Amino acid sequence: MSATPVLALRGISKRFGAVQALTDVELEIHAGEVVALVGDNGAGKSTLVKTIAGVGPADEGVIEWQGRRVTVDRPYAAQELGIATVYQDLALCDNLDVVGNLFLGREIVRAGVLDEVEMERRARELLATLSIRIPSVRIPVASLSGGQRQTVAIARSLLGEPKVVILDEPTAALGVEQTAQVLDLVERLRERGLGVILVSHNMADVRAVADRVAVLRLGRNNGTFEVSATSQEDIVSAITGATDNAVTRRAARRRPEDGSDATEPREGGVR
Amino acid sequence: MSADPSQVSPAGGESVDNGRPPAAGAVAPVDPRLLVRQEGFAGYWSEFGRKLSSGELGSLPVVVGLIMIAIIFQMRDSAFLGAENLSNLFVTAAGTGLIAVGIVFVLILGEIDLSVGSVSGLAAAVFAVLNVQHGMPEWLALIVALLSGAVIGALHGFFFARIGVPAFVVTLAGLLGWNGLMLEVLGSNGTINLDDSGLVAGLTNHYFTDISAAYGLATLGVAAFFLLSLRDSRRREAAGVPSRPFSEIVLRTAALAVPAYVVAWLFNQYKGLPLAVVIFLGVVVVLDFVLRRTPYGRKVFALGGSVEAARRAGVNVAAIRISVFALSGTMAALGGMFLASQINAANQSSGAGSLLMNAIAAAVIGGTSLFGGRGKTWSALLGVLVIQSIASGMALLGIASAVQYMITGAVLLAAVVIDSLSRRTQKSAGRA
Repeated sequence: MSATPVLALRGISKRFGAVQALTDVELEIHAGEVVALVGDNGAGKSTLVKTIAGVGPADEGVIEWQGRRVTVDRPYAAQELGIATVYQDLALCDNLDVVGNLFLGREIVRAGVLDEVEMERRARELLATLSIRIPSVRIPVASLSGGQRQTVAIARSLLGEPKVVILDEPTAALGVEQTAQVLDLVERLRERGLGVILVSHNMADVRAVADRVAVLRLGRNNGTFEVSATSQEDIVSAITGATDNAVTRRAARRRPEDGSDATEPREGGVR
Repeated sequence: MSADPSQVSPAGGESVDNGRPPAAGAVAPVDPRLLVRQEGFAGYWSEFGRKLSSGELGSLPVVVGLIMIAIIFQMRDSAFLGAENLSNLFVTAAGTGLIAVGIVFVLILGEIDLSVGSVSGLAAAVFAVLNVQHGMPEWLALIVALLSGAVIGALHGFFFARIGVPAFVVTLAGLLGWNGLMLEVLGSNGTINLDDSGLVAGLTNHYFTDISAAYGLATLGVAAFFLLSLRDSRRREAAGVPSRPFSEIVLRTAALAVPAYVVAWLFNQYKGLPLAVVIFLGVVVVLDFVLRRTPYGRKVFALGGSVEAARRAGVNVAAIRISVFALSGTMAALGGMFLASQINAANQSSGAGSLLMNAIAAAVIGGTSLFGGRGKTWSALLGVLVIQSIASGMALLGIASAVQYMITGAVLLAAVVIDSLSRRTQKSAGRA
């Protein structure tokens, strides 16, 4: 893992009217690393994603791209840097086929005319390298399953050759098999040397693919954990706020079962 | 449709049961269990059957409908399929058909344009006043009239796309407002007769009498279709993506050639190839190309599928919407010129009556979905032929327009029912 993170957020703060949505948030993503961004509803995950994606720029704080300070004030600026975002609600056009969706907004054109052949060839190539399985690249995405649609949406984000991919709740509303497909894909992104930010509610998914877990609570950092060295209880208690300081966290780490006593963890069902 | 993990892949022992396929590169992107199209003609046929059963009817209902209409009227009156009647039918259909082509674009967006009738009348009035009363040259007056249609359409688009007023309401206001403006422009006498040997009069009364014109156009169209299909197929083969088999290209070319030559022969039995038909077909072909082969057309379809997805993909939503309404206005104005040409005048009833409903009905009957995201410019041609055939057949049989309205209404309802049912079938077949 390289020393300089490909993307680093320093002291990000964001205010909506009377609500302080984010306060001094720090986040680092290295190349070839999957960082899970977790937190309860309203913890500021989506707000943070939006600041990175250029949809809702931060009020304060610095975004560093490969060690260099950058401004990300528009979605286009984020894409130019190499940050691709796959939103929860997929953003695919049901009536267009897979090729049409993959290349929407960046169609390959030959003499002013859509080069369908080249687009189809590249689409097949891309899907093959990601081992994505779909019935045909020429059927409307409406006929794909939820998992297939999600993989198409992720593949779509890769066409711009990004260095960081943000996946917003990629496995929400997916079945077991489909979730596995998407998690496979996340691992393949890591193998390709991309930095992945995985926003998720699902502890099982997070533990399955993430290298590190960054916890947000009430708009602040509430700890960053190495997945391999941390128990699920620790992460859950950081999310729910059962522990509010380093001392109780240490105590909880020595006696893992205590962590869940103070507050019933809401994520308990996915263990 | 979704992958059933319990099924065993037929592609030679490669198992996908655990959802963790082997290393990248070893697996085809296309799941071998699904929708594998057989090579050659058999594959084409089975694909066709599968499409039908899953509700992708395409132009089939309207073609069947046209044939049925032809049979019914022909049995009642043998003049129906005569050269004179059919030739006139095509010429009369051009005006409404051109308006319907604009409507197709708006419907693909998932919106509606109710103003096209009034805009077509206004454009005819603008032309008549400029040309006849102010002595402006015909070509210039024609351009001004078309531009006024474009500007009006863009104005509708602006209110819809930028202000956020529903297109239905904006164009409903336009329906009333532009009709009022037309009456104002026409002034007190109410009717302005056009020069009966002029450019606009020629739109519907000029015929290319040389028989080589009609046959030549048919040959050109068929040959162009064949060669372009062949070239596309070769390119696909070279790039290693699925291509149409040669047998399918030949079959499709034949399916195009038969009606093309029959119609050309019919035209030559009467006065020759009508200019109106040449322009109408030209517009349909060019705009079909724009819709299916250009990035612009792709964006129009994308907006019909999901506005939010299109926006996130960097599509300038407002610009596309405004341009589509401008196109609809332009086509309405162009259609208005043809309708004025038929009566050789612009009068107070230009663009009134059933014109608006006929234009929208034509697009829908032809197979363009009211739900947005699906449609072809060819559906305007097919749909307007249905409507005009009914009108023409009824006129031949001397049936009152009261009955004619009811029958056209029933046909429109049938078309919408087919659209809704096919959409439902497609949903249940997972293809909506």
